[in-house]
Amino acid sequence: MTLAVDIGHRLGTFLLDVQFKTASGLVALFGRSGSGKTSIINIIAGLVRPERGRVTIDGTVLVDTEGGLFVPRHRRRVGYVFQEGRLFPHLTVRQNLLYGRWFAPQTKRGDDLDRVVNLLGIAGLLDRRPGRLSGGEKQRVAVGRALLADPRVLLMDEPLASLDETRKAEILPYIERLRDQSKIPIIYVSHSIAEVARLATTVVLLSEGKVAAVGPTSEIMQRLDLFPLTNRVEAGAVIEATVERHDETFGLTELASRAGRWKLHRLDAPVGARLRLRVRARDVMLAKSAPADLSALNVLPGIVADIGPHDGPIVEIRLDCSGEALIARLTRYSVERLGLVSGTPVFALVKSVALDRRSLSGPLQATADLATDASEG
Amino acid sequence: MDWMTLSPEEWTTVQLSLRVAIVATLLSLPFGIGIAMALARGRFWGQSLLNGLVLMPLILPPVVTGYILLILFGRRGPVGALLADHFGIVFSFRWTGAALACGVMGFPLMVRAIRLSIEAVDTRLEEAAGTLGANRVWVFMTVTLPQIVPGVLAGMILCFAKAMGEFGATITFVSNIPGETQTLPSAIYTFMQVPGGDVGAFRLTLISISIAMLALLGSELMSRYANRRLDIE
Repeated sequence: MTLAVDIGHRLGTFLLDVQFKTASGLVALFGRSGSGKTSIINIIAGLVRPERGRVTIDGTVLVDTEGGLFVPRHRRRVGYVFQEGRLFPHLTVRQNLLYGRWFAPQTKRGDDLDRVVNLLGIAGLLDRRPGRLSGGEKQRVAVGRALLADPRVLLMDEPLASLDETRKAEILPYIERLRDQSKIPIIYVSHSIAEVARLATTVVLLSEGKVAAVGPTSEIMQRLDLFPLTNRVEAGAVIEATVERHDETFGLTELASRAGRWKLHRLDAPVGARLRLRVRARDVMLAKSAPADLSALNVLPGIVADIGPHDGPIVEIRLDCSGEALIARLTRYSVERLGLVSGTPVFALVKSVALDRRSLSGPLQATADLATDASEG
Repeated sequence: MDWMTLSPEEWTTVQLSLRVAIVATLLSLPFGIGIAMALARGRFWGQSLLNGLVLMPLILPPVVTGYILLILFGRRGPVGALLADHFGIVFSFRWTGAALACGVMGFPLMVRAIRLSIEAVDTRLEEAAGTLGANRVWVFMTVTLPQIVPGVLAGMILCFAKAMGEFGATITFVSNIPGETQTLPSAIYTFMQVPGGDVGAFRLTLISISIAMLALLGSELMSRYANRRLDIE
């Protein structure tokens, strides 16, 4: 699936001028509030008619202002998960889920209600009405409703924004499963770097109505020049790791990555499971020599690859740890005191407890979350 | 308890009134929803004009409305002649004419109630239905209509009540013929014109009050049920 977007649209004094192309997987439209993310998916869904431009899915034209073509929203077959759910209050959950099926192409009406219901863990809600559901349940039903309309692409507009941390943690695994198990590409709008780092295959970084960068998630996350546009405080590197072994005595799990080995609190994932680890730049310390008598368990050798802008008191540094990038956030004073320049060999230190559950994601983390979810529900 | 018993003529009047009011309400309903939708959502030339036209019977003296109906829908009137010749529908001095007059008088009340409820509909739900593949007709049938049910019920009750009580336009348009066009208000009026008629007038008044009360109770129950189904989030 390729989604190609090339649009220009004016909203008051705000000018949206965006071109990008994406392949399959989960594409995050990432940027601050007001960067034009929602306008873009509203245009893809046909809720807004762009002043200029062209949107195509796999060569099928949805809008082409030059050719005077505008496919109405009900013929686009895009599944839209709105920020506020927008479930139909007068229908039961089951009727909500099956709503789009009335209109889906006849041949595509497989018997996949059960599959979607299980994927999202909403079997127990089918006969309830939306008014009685929690925020997290509503959003899962909204995702199911969009999926069952047999969409060519799934658009999600900050589906977690109105939920608290617990509810977010409840839904994230389902979205991961959706990304990994269904073949439907997802366009995911978010301003949360944690969500994007955890979910995205590709990131489209937006700033003031323009595309600032497009690329694989780990690549975008390690670019120091983009830090002012992402969220500097929460920013960090994204690392792929594999579960190596569990240490039952101390309740620890060891992960292997290209950068080296990581020790963190015991995970509910089998040996061999692949995970994605987000290491926030502010949790990384640097030392010029291998430290001894240290509580931090993660000590990874590397060399300084790049130093970010020097104009403020805080400086970001990208390390090359055997080919894997790691970002550290230091004061400019420390950088000068240690005499760090490009090429300096250093050791990166990360406390194990800084790597909490929210820094981790992966298919098996999802099963662990499902178990707790079931016992709560 | 003899005075409580309705005479056959009075019983006919009650039945006729109910028939006129029910037919007037039900036949107005599709037009009422259509015009309320056009006024609430549409943007077209002459919208204010249409709005004024719909509201007109509320402001005009009923006799004037009745007279205009007579001119338009009478046997020789432009619309009346057309309907009589092509469809065999005759209004003048028939109960159908009474239903038309009552419908026209109740119409502004019905449109107003429905329009208000359409304006309160969450259009974001309609957008959601659109992205799920429903075209505009389906969106209206499956999302908009269920949400405006309380407003539609209120509009129907108002129209029905107005039709039950309509006097001026009806008597001007189709006169006061017992068994054909003599509805409750006309019958009460007639009773008051004859000596000793006040017992009959009183009986019919009691019936008017009971029907109005029942209609109100019914609408209350129905809208409560509809609201519970909607389960506003």
